[in-house]
Amino acid sequence: MKFAVCINHVPDTATKVHVGPDGKSIEKTGVNYVISPYDEYAVEAALRFKEKQSGEVIVLSWGGDAHKESLRKALAMGVDKAVLLKDDSTRDSFGVARALADYLRELAPDVILFGKQSVDYDDSAVGIMVAEMLGLPSAAVVVSMEITGGTAKADREIEGGHEVVEVQLPAVFTIQKGAYEPRYPSLKGIMAAKGKPIEERQPAPMEAKVETITMVKPPAKQAGKIVGTDVGAVPELVRLLHEEAKVI
Amino acid sequence: MKIIAFAEQRDNKFKKPAFEVVKAARRVADQTGGEVVAVVVGSGVRSIAPELGGYGAHKVVVVEDARLALYSSTAYATIVAGVAKTQAANVVLLPATAMGKDLAPRIAVKLDAGLAADCTALTVDQGDILATRPVYAGKALTEIRVKSPVKVFSLRPNVFTAGTSSGGTAPVEVVEVPLTEQDFRSIVKEVKQSSAKLDVAEADIIVTGGRGLKGPENFAMIEELAATLGGAVGASRAVVDAGWRPHDEQVGQTGKTVSPSLYIAVAVSGAIQHLAGMSSSKYIVAVNRDKDAPIFQVASYGIVADAFEIIPALSAEVKKLLGKQ
Ligand SMILES: Cc1cc2nc3c(=O)[nH]c(=O)nc-3n(C[C@H](O)[C@H](O)[C@H](O)COP(=O)(O)OP(=O)(O)OC[C@H]3O[C@@H](n4cnc5c(N)ncnc54)[C@H](O)[C@@H]3O)c2cc1C
Ligand SMILES: Nc1ncnc2c1ncn2[C@@H]1O[C@H](COP(=O)(O)O)[C@@H](O)[C@H]1O
Repeated sequence: MKFAVCINHVPDTATKVHVGPDGKSIEKTGVNYVISPYDEYAVEAALRFKEKQSGEVIVLSWGGDAHKESLRKALAMGVDKAVLLKDDSTRDSFGVARALADYLRELAPDVILFGKQSVDYDDSAVGIMVAEMLGLPSAAVVVSMEITGGTAKADREIEGGHEVVEVQLPAVFTIQKGAYEPRYPSLKGIMAAKGKPIEERQPAPMEAKVETITMVKPPAKQAGKIVGTDVGAVPELVRLLHEEAKVI
Repeated sequence: MKIIAFAEQRDNKFKKPAFEVVKAARRVADQTGGEVVAVVVGSGVRSIAPELGGYGAHKVVVVEDARLALYSSTAYATIVAGVAKTQAANVVLLPATAMGKDLAPRIAVKLDAGLAADCTALTVDQGDILATRPVYAGKALTEIRVKSPVKVFSLRPNVFTAGTSSGGTAPVEVVEVPLTEQDFRSIVKEVKQSSAKLDVAEADIIVTGGRGLKGPENFAMIEELAATLGGAVGASRAVVDAGWRPHDEQVGQTGKTVSPSLYIAVAVSGAIQHLAGMSSSKYIVAVNRDKDAPIFQVASYGIVADAFEIIPALSAEVKKLLGKQ
């Protein structure tokens, strides 16, 4: 079985975000980039399926040369092949999805995995857009799944519960934190990854459908008041919540 | 401007975000001289459709099929995009719920439209819609414009106010959208809903416990306070990773982003990833014995003390106020 995993290269979650000089994107200096956390779960899921029933795992990323760092990490985790769809333009989820879909159409994997969202723009869009572009069914926000023959059964998170979705392969899945805690690359994996090539492709240019006009920091929260330092403060807190904030 | 508002229902009841989306659509329509067509998809949903008029829908289009009783991403997308086309809509609004987030990207592709996901505000500027959307888990806000002729927006639940129904009703049109086997290659087999449990993403009051609670058994007092307030229980990642609480309760950058009216953080330090998920809450209360804990920097009200003393007393005091004891 052929598995493809699409990964994004994003600022780590500890990043203190500052707006950059263009006023439309973040200041990139001093920022540490990683595989988007959910995409790492997706890589892990693919590796586990491969280990269980054999096959091949191909990892893709759309972006500039910097994305090679995350592709290399995925190789070190054990994926077989890495492809960079090289493009330095500003991201637009539709355009990224189009580029990924064009390559995936050629690759024709049985299972295509995404993270449930990139932790930079938080769109939760690219994976499902790719599914639609390829005319494939999908299950989103999946915490665990099983593959039997040509069908997958996925457990997906919804408000206050779960849905069990049955999907015919080939199909797209977007992975949520759950059953696939990512492995650490072994030293052997890291060494082996150094020798593996990263294939580069030039995706067809696409006009962005969405334009960022400005980026700003949200208004800073003012630290409020310390109501007290012992249990005696409780009635006053309740009074404030009731009379001042009017939330209870 | 012709606006399609997808009115999400489950078990033939509208979810609150359905009303929020219809109302938001109406506000935009009023500013642009447009019309709101609400769309309801399901099985046996005809009877609930008129009530969307009370939130501003000019008309409701209903698509029914026994196979649509449970959600199907492919079939629902075919229907909503199909209705958008026959109505010649230029804008489609959906809630950014589990269902809406799954549908919006498919609909955008079907309509060759740009998508603005998880928006927290829509404003009208010279006849065009500008959307505000948080990025980096709310550490920054962007203002964006969708440039394609048809535009899709998903709206974050709990942010756009629905208010109460005006009591009015809207005319209902039942339409057929042809569906094929292809539309049912992904189907929900089962919904495991714990109806008793309120989800943090939908709650207006959240009480979150952190690692300072020392063990899962001590969440009993968090549950009690949440129940007393009619709210949901939330958890920090440290608590989820330790296996004390399920992941669907996690609040933060890799959990859920929430913006309730009241967020009570108990023995939570307030790490940057946690703050990212909850700092847009209207009022934040922090209970922590460390006065330097970062959570106090975003808290409207704080108590610097031992949670084990404060929380039971707080539950009792709230019960007293609400006359529950
Ligand atoms: C990639 C990544 C993603 C992450 N995503 C998230 C996320 O989505 N959500 C999230 O929450 N975290 C996330 N984190 C983890 C985050 O960095 C913190 O580790 C976590 O939030 C800490 O949880 P905590 O506040 O419960 O525990 P701690 O930081 O251990 O804090 C416990 C607090 O309890 C207080 N305390 C102890 N005893 C008492 C007592 N008796 N009474 C009162 N107070 C007491 C202490 O003073 C302390 O402030 C992420 C981290 C990474 C690397
Ligand atoms: N530049 C990219 N290259 C490869 N995959 C991506 C890229 N951006 C997003 N993805 C994938 O699409 C998922 C959803 O991303 P997003 O729509 O940006 O939230 C991510 O979790 C990745 O799996």
